[in-house]
Amino acid sequence: MSSSTANEANGPTSVEYIQHHLQNNSIGEGGFWVLNLDTLIYSWLLAGVLMYIAYTMGKTITTDTPSGGQNVLEAIVEFVQQQIRDIFPGSNPLIGPLALTIFMWVFLMNAMDLIPVDLLPTLGSLVGINYMKVVPTTDLSTTFALAISVFALIIYYNIKIKGPIGYLKMFLFHPFGKYLIPVNIIMTAIEEIAKPVSLGLRLFGNMFAGELIFLLIALLGGASLYGLIPQIALGTAWAIFHILVISLQAFIFMLLTIVYLGMAHQDIDEH
Amino acid sequence: MSITATLIGQMITFAILVWFIGKYLWSPMTQMMDDRKKRIADGLAAAERGKHEQELAEHKATQHIKKAKEQAAEILAQAQKRGAEIIEDAKDDAKAEGERLIVAANAEIEQEVNRAKESLRAQVVDITIAAAGKIIKKEIDAKAHGDLLKDVVGQL
Repeated sequence: MSSSTANEANGPTSVEYIQHHLQNNSIGEGGFWVLNLDTLIYSWLLAGVLMYIAYTMGKTITTDTPSGGQNVLEAIVEFVQQQIRDIFPGSNPLIGPLALTIFMWVFLMNAMDLIPVDLLPTLGSLVGINYMKVVPTTDLSTTFALAISVFALIIYYNIKIKGPIGYLKMFLFHPFGKYLIPVNIIMTAIEEIAKPVSLGLRLFGNMFAGELIFLLIALLGGASLYGLIPQIALGTAWAIFHILVISLQAFIFMLLTIVYLGMAHQDIDEH
Repeated sequence: MSITATLIGQMITFAILVWFIGKYLWSPMTQMMDDRKKRIADGLAAAERGKHEQELAEHKATQHIKKAKEQAAEILAQAQKRGAEIIEDAKDDAKAEGERLIVAANAEIEQEVNRAKESLRAQVVDITIAAAGKIIKKEIDAKAHGDLLKDVVGQL
């Protein structure tokens, strides 16, 4: 690539640049027992922002004259409530906070994607942090942490609502009736395991791909001065499009969580 | 790029965040929204009730007005009747008074006439005596013919 010639003196090649950006800042022995510090710290920061907003807003909530911030939060809460009301059978005190948290937290983590790809890593390198991945949802650990938590809740509520026997029956007699029990077990197991896997991979894939395209666009300007114009144009276009993607992915994750938990709350006969 | 122990940290973060948001945002917010819903419903019900009460009051007021009008008309009719009665009475009184006055006047006139007749009589007697005395000079004794003259005058 021409960028290698442009940055020959001291800069990284394109491949190195991209790999560098996709490298987590981690500590640990390797294998599973590794902590991705950047993922953790950024998601904690965003969780902290959410907690701060939730705490201050929850304290100053008024019935009569809601301020601007309260209006925004009310709109979000009502939106989530409406989704739950439409999809979720019965009532559950956990589902509301769960869906709201997923929506807001995933949205904020996704939104880190809109910060220029080089800004925070460059600032980090100035203070000696060499690797930094600023979008927590481009880390499989984050998306699967959410997906597995939801999966655990699915199993918990399946057993709670249907009973252990009922849950077992779902594996044995669903979807083909009692004469195809072995097939049923395999089908239902795949169906159930596909839920967390698809949840985690969908979010990860979308965000990772989006980040990768931001990186590729960012390479344009590095290639030559003429690359600046397409870089700005494409970067703007992709960022605007990405606003849709990050909201949509947060929404889908929330919606599927409600759907899956709703299915867990239905009696076996209704399947 | 693989699943690492970060997963565990993220799961714990997620659990804490869900709990925190549920406690400090979701519960107060939904509680407040329910309260607001209730207040709006109450307000609408109160407005409806107020409207109903107003209708009742208006109905009552029109009834009162109608009643008052009826009463006023009744009073007016009574007053007119009374007025007419008073006028009739006054007329009767006036007529009676007039008649009484006429009678009194007639009586007085009669009295006056009688008195005038009396005085005329007296004067006629005197004049007659004087005239007769002058005509027949001493031929008539006032004493001797006085009774006769009185008789004549009495016939006047």
